[in-house]
Amino acid sequence: MDTLNGAVGTSPPRLDAMDKASGRARYADDIRLPGMLHAAVHTSPHAHARILGYRTEAARSIPGVHAVVTGADIADVRYGGIVKDESMLARGKVRYVGEPVAAVAAADVRTALRAAAAIEVDYEPLPAVLSPDAALAQDAPLLHEAFAQYVKSVDGAGHGNVVFESAISEGDVERAFAECGAVVEARWQTQAQQHVYLETNGCVADVDATGRITLYATCQSVHHLQQRVAEELAESMARIRVVATRVGGGFGGKHASNLHSIAAWLARAARRPVKLVLSRMQDFEIQRSRHPAQIWMKTGARTDGTIIARDVRMVLDGGAYADESPAVLAFALLMSRGPYRIPNVRAQGKVVYTNKLRAGSFRGFGNPQASFAGESQIDDLAVALRMDPCELRLRNAMQPNDTAFGGHAVPSCALREALTTVRDAQRAAPPLAARAGTRRGVGFAAMSHISGLMGTSATVQLRTDGSIALATGCVDLGQGADTAMVQICADLLGVPIERVSYAQQDSDISPYNWKTAGSRSTYMTGRAVATATTEMRGRMLDQAAKMMECAPSDLELRPGGAIGLVGVPKVVSFKEVALHSLFRSGGPIAATHGFVFDGPPFDPKRASIHRLAFSNLGIYTFGAHCVEVDVDMTTGKVDVRRAWCAHDVGRAINRVSCEGQIQGGFVQGMGYALTEAMHWNEDGWLTTTTLADYKVPGMLDVPAEIHPFVLEHPEPSHPMGAKGIGEPSLVGAAPAIANAIRDATGARVTTLPMMPERVLEAMEVTR
Amino acid sequence: MSSRKIHCTLEVNHVEQDLLVHADETLLDVLREQLALCGTKRGCNHGVCGACNVLVDGMLVRACLMLAVEVDQRPVVTVEGLADGRGYTDIQQALVAAGAIQCGFCTPGFVMALTALFAREPRPDRDTIRNALSGNLCRCSGYVKIVEAAERLAELPR
Repeated sequence: MDTLNGAVGTSPPRLDAMDKASGRARYADDIRLPGMLHAAVHTSPHAHARILGYRTEAARSIPGVHAVVTGADIADVRYGGIVKDESMLARGKVRYVGEPVAAVAAADVRTALRAAAAIEVDYEPLPAVLSPDAALAQDAPLLHEAFAQYVKSVDGAGHGNVVFESAISEGDVERAFAECGAVVEARWQTQAQQHVYLETNGCVADVDATGRITLYATCQSVHHLQQRVAEELAESMARIRVVATRVGGGFGGKHASNLHSIAAWLARAARRPVKLVLSRMQDFEIQRSRHPAQIWMKTGARTDGTIIARDVRMVLDGGAYADESPAVLAFALLMSRGPYRIPNVRAQGKVVYTNKLRAGSFRGFGNPQASFAGESQIDDLAVALRMDPCELRLRNAMQPNDTAFGGHAVPSCALREALTTVRDAQRAAPPLAARAGTRRGVGFAAMSHISGLMGTSATVQLRTDGSIALATGCVDLGQGADTAMVQICADLLGVPIERVSYAQQDSDISPYNWKTAGSRSTYMTGRAVATATTEMRGRMLDQAAKMMECAPSDLELRPGGAIGLVGVPKVVSFKEVALHSLFRSGGPIAATHGFVFDGPPFDPKRASIHRLAFSNLGIYTFGAHCVEVDVDMTTGKVDVRRAWCAHDVGRAINRVSCEGQIQGGFVQGMGYALTEAMHWNEDGWLTTTTLADYKVPGMLDVPAEIHPFVLEHPEPSHPMGAKGIGEPSLVGAAPAIANAIRDATGARVTTLPMMPERVLEAMEVTR
Repeated sequence: MSSRKIHCTLEVNHVEQDLLVHADETLLDVLREQLALCGTKRGCNHGVCGACNVLVDGMLVRACLMLAVEVDQRPVVTVEGLADGRGYTDIQQALVAAGAIQCGFCTPGFVMALTALFAREPRPDRDTIRNALSGNLCRCSGYVKIVEAAERLAELPR
């Protein structure tokens, strides 16, 4: 697609950067409305219990309390993306410690907390299941006795405590293993990781005289949130408006959740605005985590290093409610082949209910678990074959026009380039001095991921002075989507980005977007922006043609916002075009483009697919990581010294933002690899509820050198060639580090996080 | 629990503020709720993340760990008080230019930590910068571009 001013591919500062640097940016907790009340949530002290009754009189009688709500007061509806199993407040039973049971709105935070504590709930405790093994045991207590009656948009053959079961296979795995010269097999276990967006989840609910709600929310989609609140309040979406605030990080954790409906309910009851912002402790207890996984995997290769078979079984711990579990399971299975040409693959999995916090979407969406196992196993296979691990990857790497697991064609694949880029960069780097008592290791991981899914749209309008008003439903979580969208639009019109305004997301006016998720914003919404802008450009040329009495084909865009006759200096400015259209003839010039991901479905002739929560997925992207670690041979502590991360972004819209995604994703993956874990005690209480107990990597925990390599192989289905880069960078961190530990020590760590004691334990086993 | 409030006088960003506060109210509570200075962020409320960093007597402190009454009669500077509330400091501009800001929620805390660092050490090296920022959590950036911003600033002719 032709461009005029090169706004795409440059790295202008983020549109909102100075607002953020100066403290002006408004996040959810910064919103204050006249008469605003503050909410507090009363949560379950039991992992599993029947609710016998509520006593709220004491709370209601506290001066300053304006509204109290319990599960007995709310509509009899259940919400859920695929399995409708959840209500905004517990009804009948509680299923995890921290589950919202009741809530209050009061004049100030202090009074609200006091009133929430004054609510008394009578419980009959029930036996709890705190692990998938316990959940799957014969005669295990059931979390959802009425599971069979729940509404489900996809049937997942759920039964007992099983939420969903899926399976995908290609080829003949058993026969292929018989032909293998080397076969490796192992079990892996991964933990619950929390998103720890620096801004805890929250919102302010306002209400008008008719009871219509406006929610100001930190969120990943105004439309999805609007839909959830409308369902939970048993209301028309026309009666719920959602406006996005600045979002202090999301990572998959800020999809619609129970707190928005609670705030909306209280605002209506009190007829006053209500703020509900979670404390860090409550955010840990009641929002979401990444799925803990148990993975068994077996991979086999011919003696020449050609991988021909892989068999995978996984059990995901879904927590108390289904949320995104069926989709996470599907994606984990689809990614479990890894980015390799393996003709015979069988992947089977289930996700089960346990009496813990719900697990849901989190950057990587099942891929980090599958890739930790799969990429660790590639190195074990290399050892068995006596091959270099990077060489084994290169030999089996997918290439352009190969087929992904499930049957999608992959026209563009830069995996080999990604691998050789990081390998060569590491080899060329001046060696770091050795440290006494440590051993150095180098590890690799390769990965694929997708960008795509569902629907999106964009609207572009020409304003009176020739400037451009762009709107999409894509909420920027901090990754820089706002700036990228404006760059695309400005580039196609040949104007500086300052001439394009970008609308804050508001469900009343924003064009539809599913969610900021699935690494899809630049790919999906970016496509919509590019197509809408191109359509509007055509209308502007038509208008200019009438004004200049020529054919549109004789006209061209000139830099800076003008349209000229080809070969002639004469121009009309965008302003003149706008004024003519608005006040003389033609009418307002605007364009909207929307679409739903249009890639082909899975190929049933190639892959046998049972109960997958997706029909199509997205376009595929590839990357590779290389890390150097020092392992302290006495303590087992792992120090990541340097990292090289290469990712194909199709085409970089904003190069610095791409680098930021790569570096930030790698570090979040380092936390997953080495320090972050949510722990529940034997009563089901989460014990890691502060940032002092839950260790997020800090400045001194991460290498000073994280080298991002932005590879560009334009994606044919995107007008600018772009692919997403939000998630892949997290995926490779844990296996690359695990492989470096193995390189340094010979020890294979199979459980995340790889804390010093686990590394020591693995070293013991190796001795 | 209608505890009596205590009168104290805070000097925030060079403006005197007469306030009534609860004994257990933190400086962060007062800045955000009473003074509407929302640039100081509540990330963890436990003194871990550094998003609520402010300067008290020119020293970097966590506003969530300091009681408002402790700050009586002492000068407080928040992110809103930098560059006299007009324009932007070199530190803010360096972070913007380096692409070090993503979600931005941690940024005011980093700005204040860097302000304290550059006030005592105009040409910090990489290790000094990393140590000075080791009490600030960022979940988006991986820290690399934040350090790059500070390094570039340290090298600027001044």
